[in-house]
Amino acid sequence: MIAIIDYDAGNLTSVERALRSLGAECAISRDAGFISAAERVILPGVGRAGTGMASLRRLGLDKVLADTVAAGKPLLGICFGTQIIFDYSEEDFTDCLGLMPGKVVRFPLEHRDADGQPLKVPHMGWNGMQLKRPHPVLSGLPAEAEFYFVHSYYPLPAQESFVVGATDYGLPFASAVARGSLVAVQFHPEKSGRPGLRLLQNFLDWDGKEGGGAL
Amino acid sequence: MLSKRIIPCLDVRDGQLTKGIKFKGNVDIGDPVTMAEFYYQEGADELVFYDITASHEARNIMLEVVRRVAERIFIPFSVGGGLRSVEDMRAVLLAGAEKVSVNSAAVNNPQIIAEGARAFGSQCVVLGMDVLKVPVSQKIPSGYEMVIHGGRKHMGLDALWWAQEAERLGAGEICLNSIDADGTQEGYEMTLTELISSHVSIPVIASGGAGTPEHLAAVLTKGKADAALIASMTHYGHYSVTQIKDYLAGRGIKVRRYW
Repeated sequence: MIAIIDYDAGNLTSVERALRSLGAECAISRDAGFISAAERVILPGVGRAGTGMASLRRLGLDKVLADTVAAGKPLLGICFGTQIIFDYSEEDFTDCLGLMPGKVVRFPLEHRDADGQPLKVPHMGWNGMQLKRPHPVLSGLPAEAEFYFVHSYYPLPAQESFVVGATDYGLPFASAVARGSLVAVQFHPEKSGRPGLRLLQNFLDWDGKEGGGAL
Repeated sequence: MLSKRIIPCLDVRDGQLTKGIKFKGNVDIGDPVTMAEFYYQEGADELVFYDITASHEARNIMLEVVRRVAERIFIPFSVGGGLRSVEDMRAVLLAGAEKVSVNSAAVNNPQIIAEGARAFGSQCVVLGMDVLKVPVSQKIPSGYEMVIHGGRKHMGLDALWWAQEAERLGAGEICLNSIDADGTQEGYEMTLTELISSHVSIPVIASGGAGTPEHLAAVLTKGKADAALIASMTHYGHYSVTQIKDYLAGRGIKVRRYW
């Protein structure tokens, strides 16, 4: 059973639908007992750091997530769910889960590309990802695959070794990060067509250990 | 960098797909769920559904269509037409749409943009604009006026002013439809698209008038659009999405090539 964490972070049904299409048994839940018992956990979401963290703490799920990672159980962060795994987010100046050292910062206000053309924030739409190192959850994705992004803030991991995928939007940022049984992506795999579904399938098949997986 | 998005638009009436020419004489051409799946397989980057019945009785038929689409396609899609309240928006989002599009309801009640953005985030709220070219006047300094009901009713509202106001209220994206160009297949309204695109900082989807891949290339470069809506040119099989993307890539425009 896969638990999709419900913490008032927007519409979670698209993640559920994508997993169901892959034949996975999953449920949206905010129940600490249920989430602890699940064999793998997904932290999805669109939302804000301040309210998202407040909900997680109120529901006692901050501790459940820390235990999930400590136990080596596979945990997948998606979009906003990826941002709150870090120590701190500039959004609402929020202390976050601290499951991965690093912080989350906003794209510059006057954001421009290499030619000086203004770049719109949020970064919304399809963009590529350059793999930085092999990871089982990102295996089998063609180099030209693109993913669907919607975000104004991006992760800045404390260590380069956490970065498994990078994306360019005026500046390069970490679009996929991993540490132990935790893997997290800034884009929405559930809305990224076949490559996104492949990533979700990889997560369903993953034993939570790093290493392996072809680049 | 971001790819330019190609977005087929599906007009739905009573749960069936239609495509109107200048909003008149609509003819049924198929099942929206089948068509959505077809476009998903063909590499569309996103889909737009407009419920052109939008009577309250037909609302549940549309929600059922949205649910069935959401089970089969795994790219973003938006739903518009007749959404008048945050509750209407919520129903569509819960049924599986990624975004909602408000058009005449927002002209009549601009606060619906702010309320939607607060409830679901700006990224969920698309402002649909139906625009008609008019003589420049004190009231309409840009020479482009907001219209509703498919162009039958003039709103006395300047399109450029409204686009900026909607961004201020929290719209996350603008779908900019030229009533003059709509259904002509003679090309997008370039002046209008460039005008709006260069005066807002949210993405602009150009709509109305697409007939050939060259039209898309023009509006995505000179017109400064972030995405292009298409309908007749692919609905009737004159072109495929893949063909359009091949053409755009050949012109040096970044598009998503693997799906």
